[in-house]
Amino acid sequence: MLIGHFNYWIVVVLMMIGLYIVIAHGNLIKKIVGLVIFQTSVFIFYISMAKVDGGTAPILADDISQYSNPLPHVLILTAIVVGIATTALALSLVVRIKEEYGSIEEQKIQSQDNLSQDKLSQENLSQDNKILVNQSQINQYQTSQAQENQIQEYQQDGKHR
Amino acid sequence: MIAHFPILQVIIPLMAAPICLILKRPKLVWLFALIVSGLAFSISILLLQQVMTSGVISYELGGWQAPWGIEYRIDKLNAFVLLIITAISTIVLFAAQTSIEKEIPKNKHTYFYVLFLLSLTGMLGIVATGDAFNVFVFLEISSLSAYALIAIGKDKRALWASYQYLIMGTIGATFILIGIGLMYQMTGTLNMQDLSQRLPEVAQTRTVFTAFAFVIVGICLKLALFPLHLWLPNAYAYAPSIVTAFFAATATKVAIYLLIRFTFSVFGLSFSFTTIPLQTLFMALGLLGIFIASTSAIYQNNIKHLFAYSSIAQIGYMIVGFSLTTVAGLTATLLHLFNHALMKSGIFLALAAVMYRIGNVQLNSFYGLGKQMPLTMAAIVIGGLSLIGVPLTVGFISKWYLLVALLEQGWWPVAVLILLGSLIAVIYIWRIVEVAYFKEPLLNNKPVKEAPLYFLIPIWTLIIANIYFGIDTRLSVQVAEAAAMSLFEVTP
Repeated sequence: MLIGHFNYWIVVVLMMIGLYIVIAHGNLIKKIVGLVIFQTSVFIFYISMAKVDGGTAPILADDISQYSNPLPHVLILTAIVVGIATTALALSLVVRIKEEYGSIEEQKIQSQDNLSQDKLSQENLSQDNKILVNQSQINQYQTSQAQENQIQEYQQDGKHR
Repeated sequence: MIAHFPILQVIIPLMAAPICLILKRPKLVWLFALIVSGLAFSISILLLQQVMTSGVISYELGGWQAPWGIEYRIDKLNAFVLLIITAISTIVLFAAQTSIEKEIPKNKHTYFYVLFLLSLTGMLGIVATGDAFNVFVFLEISSLSAYALIAIGKDKRALWASYQYLIMGTIGATFILIGIGLMYQMTGTLNMQDLSQRLPEVAQTRTVFTAFAFVIVGICLKLALFPLHLWLPNAYAYAPSIVTAFFAATATKVAIYLLIRFTFSVFGLSFSFTTIPLQTLFMALGLLGIFIASTSAIYQNNIKHLFAYSSIAQIGYMIVGFSLTTVAGLTATLLHLFNHALMKSGIFLALAAVMYRIGNVQLNSFYGLGKQMPLTMAAIVIGGLSLIGVPLTVGFISKWYLLVALLEQGWWPVAVLILLGSLIAVIYIWRIVEVAYFKEPLLNNKPVKEAPLYFLIPIWTLIIANIYFGIDTRLSVQVAEAAAMSLFEVTP
């Protein structure tokens, strides 16, 4: 049971490791790494599924009668291509996120989004328009200050590391 | 020529996408994409006609016979869904050029159309194909272009939303891939028709249970079924408006189609609903989705956010109808598929028009907008009434069929809950109506003009369709009923 299904045990372990990384880590690159491990486990699953004991590569030859099933291998080639495309897209998104937010940590990105949302909801609360103008200007100023402070913090963090 | 329609439907947008890159000039590309989408639309009409009169169309790709080669199989169900997708994409594309002017950087306009057509290809492919692995491939084509489309705009929050969607979507698609692999392991086939014949023999094995669980969870992630909906609100709210209008009306519908296809056609009715208490599970999740998402919608100040939550609630209604597993229930789901596509794309296009004129869709920008943009706001109101389910709109028709289906089974407590859910919709629609019509514009808000014709024509086409199909229900009900019956294999 344990040895006969060795491949499948590996698949399950890898799959769980991958999913755990995606869920547990806040760093966007690490999340992608987790996703790739998760996808790779599925590739291994397809490949081991098609292996026939004692079977060889499906090339016609005189003294061979048993072949492995080539179809899942072909299928998984397609899935690998899809996986690469996904990874490439995810990485390029991370590059853009880094450009816009100045960070690739989930928490810091979330907090920046929340800041901009708070600003908008405060605008909603104040009905008086003249105050609204001033208020929003102040808010804008405050948020930009806060963002600057954050960026400085990151830079300092980087130096310490 | 007619024999090749099932593949042409998918191939035409696929081929057109790279041609867009050659044409280069945005105006030209827009016209080209519009024509391509219109072509796909007319093919889908012809396909639906053909299916309604002469039954299932089976197309063998490259001449390889069905269980070995890839088969495209058009029956009443997918002809109906194809029609919905192509119709919405054509109407939405009409407004695209004007809308993206302000929301997408100039140098990316051509890419927008390329991605749009690829996404369309993916969705059409998922629906048209009769091969389980093909579903996965097309799912990824449509999803990958969807992630890029969401992130293409100027709003930086869209990047983060798109990233989250990518993670969730990829996990969902990989789950489906695992499920398909397990099914292949047990049956040695990928053809849906063939699978449905071979699965019953091995139905009581743990492998098939696992396959079923993986496929269902994977699809539900794509479907944004509560509680797997977390990617949806931000993705819809921060994407360029035109993208939101397209996806809100089509992307989740395609996932619902997949759910129906896998549970009814591939795994078969008796397996799907007896081995796992799917009925209770979906009923509960559907109802929870309706209430929690509708309630969240009330508290949103970004109107696109508001309607994104409302979309999740509407998916709840479809799932409730689906969980009944009766012809009437499934008819209600299919009807709502069609009707919800009409109202949501109408509303989101109107929001795109607001976005075009004002630059944001925060609630406080809507103060007094009823006088400044009367036609656009009227469209939102009619679309909203349709969401609530007021008579003479399509929303009423689908709610009515859903209630009848529920009462037929004697599930009146659920029927009461559905009605209560609609009342919550009244609250969030009213918030918009109140500020738009009964409040003076804020001094801070610059006065604006009515939206340009490029918006008004598609918006009002959809809104008039909302009213038309709310009165003359022959077409939609007939097709939905026939599709539901064919899934239960009941002869009318």
